[in-house]
Amino acid sequence: MSRPAREPVQVVKQRRDAALNALVQAVPYMRFLDIHVDRRGDELTVILPFDDKLIGNPLLPALHGGVTAAFLEMTAHLELSWSTLWERMEAGELDPLSLTPDTMPRMPKTIDFTVDYLRSGLPRDAYARARVNRSGRRYASVHVEAWQDNRARLFAQATGHFLMPYPHD
Amino acid sequence: MSTQKEQLARQFIEAIPHSRALSMRLERIEDGVAEISMPYDDRLVGDPVNRVIHGGAVSALMDTCCGAAVMSHGDTLSATATIDLRIDYMRPATPEQRIRARAECYHVTRNVAFVRATATDDDDARPVATATGAFTVERPKEQGA
Repeated sequence: MSRPAREPVQVVKQRRDAALNALVQAVPYMRFLDIHVDRRGDELTVILPFDDKLIGNPLLPALHGGVTAAFLEMTAHLELSWSTLWERMEAGELDPLSLTPDTMPRMPKTIDFTVDYLRSGLPRDAYARARVNRSGRRYASVHVEAWQDNRARLFAQATGHFLMPYPHD
Repeated sequence: MSTQKEQLARQFIEAIPHSRALSMRLERIEDGVAEISMPYDDRLVGDPVNRVIHGGAVSALMDTCCGAAVMSHGDTLSATATIDLRIDYMRPATPEQRIRARAECYHVTRNVAFVRATATDDDDARPVATATGAFTVERPKEQGA
């Protein structure tokens, strides 16, 4: 599949948004937590809107540590899947408009995930961005940062290792 | 562990909104050891192709179970928060099966509890995931201090 040298911007946007949407919609647990993603070019910010069901300590109140872990792991996984998908999409190997949950490429698997809790999660929306520090043929290492009101004051960070799917898994 | 303290711990853990959202059930709690299980739920699936529960939901179970073990340690119920938690994923959990986590505090200092946990499904010889974590120990203020 080859693309014209200069496509209209809305065509490019539509293709990229379709790829991202396919990734998010494919995962029921992301829908359960009502996860949204804000995209600027290839940069993703993952958003966890606050909800009462995310509370872990009703006295403070604070976000559940497990929700924080899940949110960070989701962000790491999404970033890694997105960076792989992005390359294939931009190279014209894959048409996201034809992607369905059944035709999605196989996703990486989490090997381990370590969360560092820096301060308690407030009852507000949370944001996270991940960075793929290494992405080899077989293994990848991803770092994630999460914050709420203030970008410079992280409430949690994490590092995870992932097993990449075989090319035509 | 006294029946009264066990009752209190159970009430506290079962009142956590997120534990309720994931339908967690406290199976056992005694001095520094807790067991909590979580039913299979289609809403918690991470991989729609093989219908495996998302690792994040397993993390939530592990974190709750480790926290419960810390709370139950010692003579009085203590509040706790996670300092750090590492999860190792050994294999995908089998769809439709309940996941059970067991956590124990293997060392507790004045301020920190060191905890490890294992999660299994119906095949309890092969763990689904293991976790190790450090938790804060917040002791109730002493009377008259």
